[in-house]
Amino acid sequence: MQITAPALLDDRASALSIAPPQKRRSRQWLRALSPLGLLALWQIGCSSGWISDQTLAAPSQVIRSFIELTADGALQHHLLVSLGRVAKGMSIALLVGGSLALLAGLSRTGEYVIDAPMQMLRTLPVLALIPFFIIWFGIGETPKVALVAVAAVFPIYLTLYSGIRGVDPKLVELSKIIGLPRSALIWHVILPGALPTALVGVRYSLGISWLILVAAEQVNASSGIGSMMNDARDFLRIDILVVGLLIYAILGLVVDIFVRWLERRLLSWRPSFINAAA
Amino acid sequence: MNAPLVNVHSLSRRFGPTLALDNVDLSIESGEFVALLGRSGSGKSTLLRTLAGLDAPSAGTVQVPTERMVVFQEPRLLPWKTTTQNVALGLNGRDARSQARSALAEVGLEHRLEAYPATLSGGEAQRTALARALVREPKLLLLDEPFAALDALTRMRMHGLIESLWKRHRPSVLLITHDVDEAIVLADRALVIEGGRMVASIPIELSRPRDLSQTGFIALRRQLLSAIGVTDAELRSPAAVNPHADAESTESRHLIAMA
Repeated sequence: MQITAPALLDDRASALSIAPPQKRRSRQWLRALSPLGLLALWQIGCSSGWISDQTLAAPSQVIRSFIELTADGALQHHLLVSLGRVAKGMSIALLVGGSLALLAGLSRTGEYVIDAPMQMLRTLPVLALIPFFIIWFGIGETPKVALVAVAAVFPIYLTLYSGIRGVDPKLVELSKIIGLPRSALIWHVILPGALPTALVGVRYSLGISWLILVAAEQVNASSGIGSMMNDARDFLRIDILVVGLLIYAILGLVVDIFVRWLERRLLSWRPSFINAAA
Repeated sequence: MNAPLVNVHSLSRRFGPTLALDNVDLSIESGEFVALLGRSGSGKSTLLRTLAGLDAPSAGTVQVPTERMVVFQEPRLLPWKTTTQNVALGLNGRDARSQARSALAEVGLEHRLEAYPATLSGGEAQRTALARALVREPKLLLLDEPFAALDALTRMRMHGLIESLWKRHRPSVLLITHDVDEAIVLADRALVIEGGRMVASIPIELSRPRDLSQTGFIALRRQLLSAIGVTDAELRSPAAVNPHADAESTESRHLIAMA
């Protein structure tokens, strides 16, 4: 809210309190101006020849390439392959990370066995594992999916584990008083309590999976957004490189919208969402 | 004559060097409403937790029915479940939901059956907690300062509600409170605990429903306050309690405000 101190002291403060939403909208419109301006500068720079087409493709050229790639179905094909790899990797990460976090979060023994190695492994740079994964799994689909899975497993493990440990002990005590069996305690009390934290991990994991996939797909892949960009680099198709970057940016946005939707559905009981709905 | 429902004999509880409960004896008859008064740190909550099965005694014997429920000062509702789901949680059988609904109706929340705890007022949340306890038909109802966080008006309404529910269901009740008037309004008998020892047991024989204007109310209050150890000097000058530890002084002032 951009209400200045003198405005607050003004005795028409009640009238001012109605104004902010409108102010905010106009400001948001202003926010779009700057990127649009940069885009215009970029286009002008390219068409006037200040920026060589060997350095950066013009926005108009990028749009043309985008339409071409979509028309012959190449882009959709690469995108589907990449999406498939992320989906497989994320599923493995959710399954493995989720199970490990449950074991470590719900039992002392589990914590001793699992937590220390996980805390050590999570600091390894995943990209440094690429050579190992090629030696172990060859150059097919497996190393790519495995890399995504390894990168995505840690945020899921860490957030679910700390979410489980952060559940209000008073609620656990209450469950004991009403005689809730352990399975019901986990399902009705501990998991929902850990969910808000765990969803932060899911969001982070989805972001990181795309990041890793670009690198993974540049190693001996014949399809996927990363390999499309790799080929484009070899043929100096700067326009296609920019299309690739654009796809990643859009995917980032889509993933974020998806997780927000998931939160809204799963965490509808939270006061912030209740207020937003009202 | 029936054996008492709750039977505690020479109960002691030690936390490291401190003795929280020191040789406590307590018996509660079936259907009896007992109030337990004491200052902070007097051991009253430890006694309740022992009766609730949340804490193990260091020495002594404790006999309690397994059908017991607790309502705490904070409602302890699951924020991700509606009031009905909260009350029905852990109930077996097909009619769990309808049981929960009628329990909520009984505490006057028939209009809040699908509400999430974040949207409830303090009194509504505490009534939901009460419904969750009652739906399980406890023989012993343990109340750990359940009204302490409510405003004065809501608290008075809750007193009326708890009394009518108790009359209908007839569980034995142990109410922990530091509010002397609350004890006099609700209980058949008031116990005073001090330094882990039971120091007084005072029967309250006023006719129900009770209120301040009844003969004998003021005399009982004076009797209970002196049993708690609030002296006449303290009552006349609130400054006299200030040297006490912080947690204690707030509570003492509260006791005095009641007087």
